Amino acid sequence: MSLEQAPLPLGPSSWAIDAGPDPLAARQGLIGAPLARRDGPAKVTGEARYASEVRLDGMLYGALAFSTIPRGRIVAMDTSSAERAAGVALVMTHHNAPRLHSTVELGTAERAAAADELPVMQDDRIRWNGQPIAIVLAESQEQADHAASLIDATYQPEPAITRFDQARADARPPALYQGDPLRQTIGDPWTALAESPHTVDAVYTTPRHHHNAIEPHAVTLAWDGDELTVHDCPQAVTHLAWSLAQVFGIRQDQVHISAPYVGGGFGGKMLWQHQILAAAAARLSGRPVRVVLSREGVYRVVGGRTSTEQRVAIGAEDDGTFTSLVHTGVVATSRHNNVPEPFIKPARCLYATRNATFEVKRADLDMLANTFMRAPGEAVGTFALESAVDELADRMGVDPIELRLCNEPAVDPSSGKPFSARHLIEAYRAGAERFGWEARSPRPRARRDGEWLIGLGCATATYPYNRFPGGAARITINRNGDATVEVAAHEMGMGTGTVQSQVAAERLGLPVEKIIFVLGDSSLPGVVLAGGSQQTAAIGGAITAAHRELVGELLKLINCDSPLAGLHPDEVGTIPGGLGRLDDPSRSESYTAILAAAGVDTISAEATAPEGMEQLEWSMHSYGAQFCEVRVSVITGEIRVSRFLGSFDCGRIINARTAASQLRGGIVMGLGLALMEETQVDGRSGRIMNPSLADYHVPAHADVPDIEVMWTDIPDPHTPLGAHGVGEIGITGTAAAVANAVYNAIGVRVRDPPITPDKLLRHSPGR
Amino acid sequence: MRRFDYARAEDVADAVRYGTRRDALYLGGGTNLVDLMRETVAQPAALVDVTRLASTIEGTETGGLRIGAAARNSLVAEHPAVRQRYPALARAILAGASAQIRNMATVGGNLLQRTRCAYFYDVEGSRCNRRSPGQGCDAIEGLNRGHAVLGTSSSCIATHPSDMCVALAALDAVVHLAHEDGERSLPLTALHRVPGDRPDIETVLRPGELVTGVELPRLPLAARSTYRKVRDRASYAFALVSVAAAVEVEAGIVQDVRLALGGVGTTPWRARHAEETLRGQAVGEPAFRRAAQAELAAAVPRAHNGFKVELAVRTVIGVLNELTREEA
Ligand SMILES: Cc1cc2nc3c(=O)[nH]c(=O)nc-3n(C[C@H](O)[C@H](O)[C@H](O)COP(=O)(O)OP(=O)(O)OC[C@H]3O[C@@H](n4cnc5c(N)ncnc54)[C@H](O)[C@@H]3O)c2cc1C
Ligand code: SF4
Repeated sequence: MSLEQAPLPLGPSSWAIDAGPDPLAARQGLIGAPLARRDGPAKVTGEARYASEVRLDGMLYGALAFSTIPRGRIVAMDTSSAERAAGVALVMTHHNAPRLHSTVELGTAERAAAADELPVMQDDRIRWNGQPIAIVLAESQEQADHAASLIDATYQPEPAITRFDQARADARPPALYQGDPLRQTIGDPWTALAESPHTVDAVYTTPRHHHNAIEPHAVTLAWDGDELTVHDCPQAVTHLAWSLAQVFGIRQDQVHISAPYVGGGFGGKMLWQHQILAAAAARLSGRPVRVVLSREGVYRVVGGRTSTEQRVAIGAEDDGTFTSLVHTGVVATSRHNNVPEPFIKPARCLYATRNATFEVKRADLDMLANTFMRAPGEAVGTFALESAVDELADRMGVDPIELRLCNEPAVDPSSGKPFSARHLIEAYRAGAERFGWEARSPRPRARRDGEWLIGLGCATATYPYNRFPGGAARITINRNGDATVEVAAHEMGMGTGTVQSQVAAERLGLPVEKIIFVLGDSSLPGVVLAGGSQQTAAIGGAITAAHRELVGELLKLINCDSPLAGLHPDEVGTIPGGLGRLDDPSRSESYTAILAAAGVDTISAEATAPEGMEQLEWSMHSYGAQFCEVRVSVITGEIRVSRFLGSFDCGRIINARTAASQLRGGIVMGLGLALMEETQVDGRSGRIMNPSLADYHVPAHADVPDIEVMWTDIPDPHTPLGAHGVGEIGITGTAAAVANAVYNAIGVRVRDPPITPDKLLRHSPGR
Repeated sequence: MRRFDYARAEDVADAVRYGTRRDALYLGGGTNLVDLMRETVAQPAALVDVTRLASTIEGTETGGLRIGAAARNSLVAEHPAVRQRYPALARAILAGASAQIRNMATVGGNLLQRTRCAYFYDVEGSRCNRRSPGQGCDAIEGLNRGHAVLGTSSSCIATHPSDMCVALAALDAVVHLAHEDGERSLPLTALHRVPGDRPDIETVLRPGELVTGVELPRLPLAARSTYRKVRDRASYAFALVSVAAAVEVEAGIVQDVRLALGGVGTTPWRARHAEETLRGQAVGEPAFRRAAQAELAAAVPRAHNGFKVELAVRTVIGVLNELTREEA
C-alpha cells in the first residue's frame, strides 16, 4: 500500500444487510496484483512434500483389492497366497477388520466428509463393482500390489441395477439437498409453453465424469495410542479430522491432519474408504501405513460426477421475451448417498420468466457413491440450458446474445431476492467485442477453410457465491513486524496461500514478504471447506474478523500517552506498518512500537467470521460469457477448438495471475466435458472400463488453444474484499459454447456430449 | 513378488539363445510390456532386453531402407531418409502415443504391441479369449466403440493399435526375423494373424523368434505418401480410423496405389481390395469411394463401432483427394 492513501478502515463486523462494503474492495495496491505463487519454487524444485512422499519410520505400504461384481455377497475369500507372499505383513478383509463406527455423510453434519454411510469392510456385502474387499500391507508397494493381485474372492451375485434405463422408471424425488427439494414451479409453465409462439423442447444427456487430479489420492498415517496422525491431501482438513474421529470412536483433537499441499481435488478429495482402511489396517498391524491409490483405484473408490438426462423447454414471445422455462430431468445416483447433481441451479437464476418449473429426480443404481465435481449442477446444467437457448435463438433467427440479454431479470426469478451484483451484460458486451462476435454468421456452414468449417458459439456461465459457516483465522504479529496468519484452509494449486497473503498484507498494511500464511492443518482455526468456490470469501471473512479482534487487542496494549490511546477499533485504520486515526492519520503508531512499548514479543488474535447472512439477503452469483471458435472437418467430423474467450463477472479479482489460471483451468475442463470426457461403464456389470488416463480422455496440450480470460472487476458490495471465488465458474457454460459453435460450424446439434466425430458423422454429408 | 530373470542381449545370437527359454519375452522400450506385466496380462519368466541390438537406419543395395529393430520410434520419425522417401511412416509414428513414449518405444516393440481392448487389460473383472483362451469375449456385446470391423471373428474383435504398422503395411515393408533355427523374412502384412478361433496367437512368429529389423523397399511413389489419423482428441489417443496411402497418377489415371487402414482391423490392414478397384481408374471421388467401399464391404460392425465403416470410407476419400490434388 502506498503512503498517500488514507488509513484503511477495518472491515465490517457483519455481512448482513446494513453492513457497508468492505473498504478493502476499493483498494489498489496488492489487491489485484498478479503475484506469482509463493509456493511455486518449492513445487518446481520438488521440495514441497505431498502426502505420498511423507516417510514414517517402520511404515508399511498398502494396496487394495476390488470387487468385480456390482452386488451380492462374498461367500469365500482365499487370502492364503497373499498372506504367504514376500514382504506381506497383513491382509485385512471383513473377517478381521476392526469394528468401526459409521461414517457420516457429507452435508448431514457440519464436519461430515464421507460420501456415504456404508459400512467399510464390516460385512460380506458388495454394493458396487470395484468396492474394496481387502487391503494388503507389505514392506514395499510392489510387494503389496502383487499380494493384492493374489486375493481370490468367490461371490454370490444378486440382481443389480447397473444401467440408467433400468433405474429410470423408478426415478423419484431426492431427499432435501442442502436444504433444497430441487423442485419448484412458478406460475403456469405448461400452459405458457403451449401458448408461446416460439418454443424449443429438447432432451440433453451427460455421462459420468471423473475428477482426475494430477495427484492420486494418498494417505500416510500412524497411530500413537489413540492419537492418529494423518498426512493426506483433502479439501477439508477439519472435516476429515472430525470424520475419522467418528469412525474410530475418538475425539476430533486426537486426529491430526496435515496437508500443506494438495495436488488438485475438484471435489473428489474428501473422505473415501481408502483412508479408513489405511487407518484400520495401521491399527491392526501396529505400524504406520501409506496408501496411494493407483489411477484405477481412484476410479474404483472415489465417485465422480454422475450422469444426467435433462429436459429443457423454453417458450418465447416474438420479441424474444421468455414466457416459460422448464428444466427437469433425472440423474443417476447410488442407492446409498444423496448427491442428486443439481443441474437446475443455473436456470433458476439466469432468466426472467413468469412461468417456470425446475425439478431433479434421482434414479438409483448399484454404483459407487457419486459426488461433487467442479461446479456440480452448473457444469452440466449450463450445457443443457445454454444449448437450448442457442437452439431457440437459431429457430427465431435472432442473435443468441441479444436473446439472452433481453431476458435479463431485475431480481432473482426464483427467489425474488435482489442480486448483490450482476454485470452479465457488461461481460457479454466486452467479451463479444474482444472476441469478434460480429464476424459470426447466423447461418451454419457459412465459413470454411478447406475441409474445415468454422463456427462461433457462446453461452452464459454462472456459479453461486458461497460462504459456509466456520471460517476462522488467527493473526499473530511479532516485534519485527512480521505477521503469521493461520487458517485450516487448503492449497490445492489454486494459489490460496498467495492470494490470502496479499489480502492479509493489505489488511495489515505490511509488505507481502512480511506475511507468513499457514494452512493445510487440522490444528489450525476454522472449518473451511475448499469447495463451492467458497475459500476465498471464507478466509477473507475470517481474516477480516481476526483483524478486527487483533486491532482491539493492540488498542488494549497501548499506553495512555500513545496517540491512539482510548480509541475504539472503528476509529482507527490501517496505515503502512501500523495503525492511524481515521480522522487524523498523522496520529499513528507502528505495530513494532506498540509491542515494544508494551514489552511483549507477540500479539495474537483469533476470530470466527460472522455467519454468511449476506446469502440470505441477496441472490449472489458469479457470471460469465463464454465464447468459442471451433473448426470441424467435413470429412471426419473431428473438432478442434481454435479460440476461446471467457469474460467474467465475479467480483473483485484479488490476484490477476492466479485468477486467470483458475478461470482458464475451468475452461480447459469444460472443453473436456464438451469433447472427450466420459467414464465408460459396462452396463452389464456396472464396471468402469476406462480407469486410466490413456483411456479416459482429458484435454491434452494439443487440444487446448490460447484461452483468453477477462473480467469486469466490479466488486460485489456485500462480500469480503468484494470478491467471489473463481475456482468453478470457468467450467460452466464452456461445453454449451463449444456445442453451439459446433452447430454454427456444421449445422449438427449434439445434445449428448462428449461431442465425438461419430456423433457428427451421422448427420453430416461429408463434403 | 512375481520373479523373472532379466538378461541384456549384446547381439542377435545372444538374444535368440536366451529368447528360446520357456516363457521368455523380448523387451524393447517396455512401454507396452511393462504395463502388461503390471496388469498381470503378461507373466514372463524371463525378459531379454534387446535394446542394445541394431538400431541403425541405413540404405540397402536395392535402394530401400533398413531399420534396426531397436531403433527408437522418435529416431525413425526424424530420420531424413524416412521423412523424404517414406513420409507416411514418419507421419504415422508422430501421430502415435506421446513424445515420451516414442522416445522409449522401439520398432520391434511397436510391431508387436498388443491390443488396447479394455477387457483384455482387465484381468480381474472381465472375460477375454485373447488373454485367457476359451473364457469368452466381453467386448462383442459390451463397450466396443474402439474395436475392429475387419478381420474379426466370433472370438475376438480387438483392434491392432499400431499407427506405425499401418504405414509399414502400405509401404510393402518386410520384417527380418532371427531364430535359433535361422533367419527369415516376411512381408509385414504376413506377420500378424487375424484372430479366428485362436485370438491368443497374434502373429506367425515361432516361440523365441526375434524381430531384427524392418526393410522398406525402394518405392518411388512412397515419396508422396501420407498418413492421416482420425481420433477423439488431438494427441495421445488411438486411431478411430487411420489411412496410409501413396498413389501414382498419370494423365488422370491411377497407375499404382498403396493403401492401408488402421483402427478398423484386427491387424494392420492392407486394403488390397481397394487397391485393385482403384488401379486403372480415373482419379476422382467416385472411384475413391468405390474403392473404399470395396474394402469395407466385408466389415462386421457391432453396437458401437458401426461409424468406423463410414468414417473409413470418408477418410480414404479425403486422403486420396489430397494426394491426387497435390499431384495435379
Ligand atoms: C498411453 C499410451 C498411448 C499410446 N498411443 C499409441 C498410439 O496412438 N499409436 C500407436 O501406434 N501406439 C501407441 N502406443 C503404443 C506404443 O506405440 C507401444 O507401446 C510401443 O510402440 C511399444 O514399443 P516398446 O519398444 O516399448 O515395446 P515393449 O513394450 O518393450 O514390447 C512390446 C511387445 O513386443 C515384444 N518385442 C519387443 N521387441 C521385440 C523384438 N525385437 N522381437 C520380438 N518381439 C519384441 C515384446 O516382447 C512385447 O510383447 C501407446 C502406448 C501408451 C502407453
Ligand atoms: S475383443 Fe479380443 S481382446 Fe477384447 S475381450 Fe474380446 S477377445 Fe479379448
